[in-house]
Amino acid sequence: MFRSLSGVANWLDVASTLGIMAVAVALLMIGGHFDLSAGVMTGTTALTVGIVAVELGQNIWVAIAAALVLALAIGFLNGWLVTRTGLPSFIITLGTFLMLQGLNLGLTKLFTGTVQVRGLADAPGYHSAELLLSSTISVFGQPFRIAIVWWLLLTAVASWVLLRTRFGNWVFATGGDEVASRNVGVPARRTTIALFMTTAGAAWLVGSITAVRLTSVQANTGTGQELIYIVAAVIGGCLLTGGFGSAVGAALGALIFGMTQQGIVYLNWDADWFYFFLGAMLLLAVLTNRLVRRYAEAARR
Amino acid sequence: MSGGATRAGRESGTTDGGAPLLELRGIGKDFGSVIALDGISTAVRAGEVTCVLGDNGAGKSTLIKVLAGVHRPTRGQLLLDGAPVEFGAPREALDAGIATVYQDLAMIPLMAIWRNFFLGSEPTTGWGPFRRFDRATAKDVTRRELAAMGIDIRDPDQPVGTLSGGERQSVAIARAVHFGARVLILDEPTSALGVKQAAVVLRYIAQARDRGLGVVFITHNPHHAHPVGDRFLLLNRGRSMGDFAKGELTREQLTDMMAGGDELTQLAEELERPPGG
Repeated sequence: MFRSLSGVANWLDVASTLGIMAVAVALLMIGGHFDLSAGVMTGTTALTVGIVAVELGQNIWVAIAAALVLALAIGFLNGWLVTRTGLPSFIITLGTFLMLQGLNLGLTKLFTGTVQVRGLADAPGYHSAELLLSSTISVFGQPFRIAIVWWLLLTAVASWVLLRTRFGNWVFATGGDEVASRNVGVPARRTTIALFMTTAGAAWLVGSITAVRLTSVQANTGTGQELIYIVAAVIGGCLLTGGFGSAVGAALGALIFGMTQQGIVYLNWDADWFYFFLGAMLLLAVLTNRLVRRYAEAARR
Repeated sequence: MSGGATRAGRESGTTDGGAPLLELRGIGKDFGSVIALDGISTAVRAGEVTCVLGDNGAGKSTLIKVLAGVHRPTRGQLLLDGAPVEFGAPREALDAGIATVYQDLAMIPLMAIWRNFFLGSEPTTGWGPFRRFDRATAKDVTRRELAAMGIDIRDPDQPVGTLSGGERQSVAIARAVHFGARVLILDEPTSALGVKQAAVVLRYIAQARDRGLGVVFITHNPHHAHPVGDRFLLLNRGRSMGDFAKGELTREQLTDMMAGGDELTQLAEELERPPGG
């Protein structure tokens, strides 16, 4: 049942990994940019964990660390290219998105001869990784996935950074008006690069969770998710034009998303309807956003 | 010629104590083969307002960007307290006490006033990973500084976008004053404003002047410049049409020079109805 504890655990589980990404993507959107490579990057990191641990026979923690280094490097490259060229991040990350998609398939085939990496459960150190990334916590006898804890933790930290630190102030400013913020001494370029690296870091966390939980990773993991993250952030109140939004909102957007997705299953409706609701929610959110912006600029001459 | 003048200027500047805060000597700027600015000289003194007047395309914006450290001058010298300086970046000019309030304001409309006020120079408390934006101080100082300038803000939490144009200019001026600006460069602060709002901004310019700042007031409106200015630099197509002290010009002369009195007379003749038509 949807409202039973097992139902709640179910849609929270869906919302959690999505939420981790949505919160990071929301920060990036507030900072005025998009990352279309965020979805496929969860696949890249998951595959890296699998290949390094299984095919190269390393301890799983070494594999997870390698995936983190790779993710941060890709995030840095995204941010560096965007700030150096001044091109829309939409185009730059579309490029990295397609490149990563090709690399994921090509390298997986090269290492395993198939389109998946399997056998992670036998890698050394798997049990400690499982404890941290894919174990369950029992509440009133109902097991809840630990990813939910990561999601809540990340939302809290992101919210604190955004509202209570200098960096948070710079994120709003860079997204609101990059030239103006640079004029008053905000390091807009560093802020943007840091945000791309944060998104990549979130992709690493989700990728590691996916790899450890499923113990086998498909080469196409994560592809197509990037727009879902953006939708969740927008439903949560982020402006597509940057400079406005919140981490809590994005987390709620992910929650709404998870509830809708599982709710349709519980109602025994055709799953095709899911995308209809998703689209409707997106439109509704964007229209509401417009009202907010109008209010904020009402007295602007 | 310029070398001799430089030496003489520096010597007199150190002795009589009246060295201008900022002095321009034969400043020029080229963009490729285009001469945007040439032979500009004037002085900005503490407690005085230097007005830079010129029509669109006269080189006002280029001059601001040279002073603000956005562009390096191709020719000429910039002197701060009588000593030559070069700015490689806006931050360097800012650190030297030269603050610029741009026409497009350098304010983020969707952000709260107090967040805007401290943008780029946020006060912090705590240490290590827990170092955070000191919000209480920021709000408090914002309210106090605005009150000191006579700006009545209902709530520092409201977004800057809800303020009127004049209020926003005033907040920007208050911000520059708070962060220790000695020279305040104002880029057309009154041009987009109605008569009442412009008067408010002019009053804040006078306030900043009375607090001992050297103000560079860029405008194309002689009626705004004359009442508040102590010195007038007139630009036309990148060249100086003269650098006058207040007593040397009446408002009418200023208006005439600005509008190009001849051009206006000619225009009036052109626009007249043809006799009998």
